[in-house]
Amino acid sequence: MDFDLMFTSFPKLLGATVITLKLLSASLFFGLIIGLLFAILRLNKNIFINKFAYGYSYLFRGTPLLVQIFIIYFGLGQIEHLRSTFLWVILKEPYWCAIIAFTLNTGAYTSEILRSAFQTINPGIIEAGKSLGISNKIIFYKIQIPIAIRQSLPAYGNEIILMMKGTSLASTVTLMDLTGVAKYIISTTFKPIEVFIVAGGIYLFMTFIIHNVIKFLEKKYSFSQ
Amino acid sequence: MELLAFGKTGWGDELFYATLMTIAVSVSAMFIGFFFALIFTPFKLSKFKSLNLIGNFYTTIIRGVPELLVIYLFFFGGSGAIMYVASIFGYFEYIEINAFITGSMAIGIISGAYSTEVFRGAIQSIDKGQFEAAKVLGINKFTQFYKIILPQMLRLAIPNLSNVWQITLKDTSLISVTGLVEIMRQSYIAAGSTRDPLFFYCFAAILYLMLTYISMKIINRLEIKYNRGY
Repeated sequence: MDFDLMFTSFPKLLGATVITLKLLSASLFFGLIIGLLFAILRLNKNIFINKFAYGYSYLFRGTPLLVQIFIIYFGLGQIEHLRSTFLWVILKEPYWCAIIAFTLNTGAYTSEILRSAFQTINPGIIEAGKSLGISNKIIFYKIQIPIAIRQSLPAYGNEIILMMKGTSLASTVTLMDLTGVAKYIISTTFKPIEVFIVAGGIYLFMTFIIHNVIKFLEKKYSFSQ
Repeated sequence: MELLAFGKTGWGDELFYATLMTIAVSVSAMFIGFFFALIFTPFKLSKFKSLNLIGNFYTTIIRGVPELLVIYLFFFGGSGAIMYVASIFGYFEYIEINAFITGSMAIGIISGAYSTEVFRGAIQSIDKGQFEAAKVLGINKFTQFYKIILPQMLRLAIPNLSNVWQITLKDTSLISVTGLVEIMRQSYIAAGSTRDPLFFYCFAAILYLMLTYISMKIINRLEIKYNRGY
């Protein structure tokens, strides 16, 4: 055990954690919006809209995240037309490519989580709202969405942890996130175990925090039975 | 389309073999995972605190740390660890383990952590009377687990194991960083030499979709088969 290396690499890895957290928060924020949008599309009665939303989630859940990042980072740059548009400003940056890929990926999983939450809402609640003369819009925003959020909290907590682990793939497109820096230190010092303990410890700490925050929220928003 | 031709002109045969490699790694990782799960599930359910701790240590660490980091640990640390063990037995030559074994071990240990959780859940949902009946009949713990609980548990575990299989299959794409020529690595090579990354990575995505689709169909069949009589 090389404790000196563990001490010297800790600040470097902690610095890289900032990028990991930035990637995670940005992709979760945009992913939640996309997820909610596609969950609503999935519940639409129109078969084309429905199939489109299903296709999106099937495509992104059926392929590895690595393929998705590579298509966006290496693949899209190949299209000539794209290079002349303003989109190129975003797509030439690995940082934004990673965020786009993570957003689309977590959006697909989130849409499935929210869809099943919407579908398990007791129809009696919606009927009760209707019989009280509440408009459909208000039923949706004030009754269905809060219940669906509560229902999907445990599954969404898992998704946040999976996404946190997913951000490690940003290191494959030259971003120096926690895993990227860990790999760099490992390949220069050839001390994989020490670096793994420090970097893994940071990841576990983040998992621990996320897990407990979700647990707290679950308790806070649990129905009083 | 000529990019996908078989033979020397295209990448068809290379990608075909790469797909077989992906399947081989996934299957062997899944079996290594089962092996670990069969060891750690009894640990997690044990009455002894210390065994419990070992079981929880394994699943918590592996499920809380990114797969890529675990793969780097095995890739950079694997041969070092083997050489250290060999040196105890008096063998000091350089040992290189091939990428297939490192990759399947790394992914296997990851998938084992998920399988352990699935097995634990399935065992806990088995009727308590089964355990008591085994105890009354004087069957020892070992036989009870492997002959009575395990066969019943497998039926309950299949739907969740199919999720573990999907995760394992997708995780194998990460082994490409170690240089093992599976779908992702082959696409990377092909994209590099033809300067057509969009086409090859999209094709890789299609191959993965195909694999997940086919395995879903097979697992659905298995589910029907093992639910016969219920």
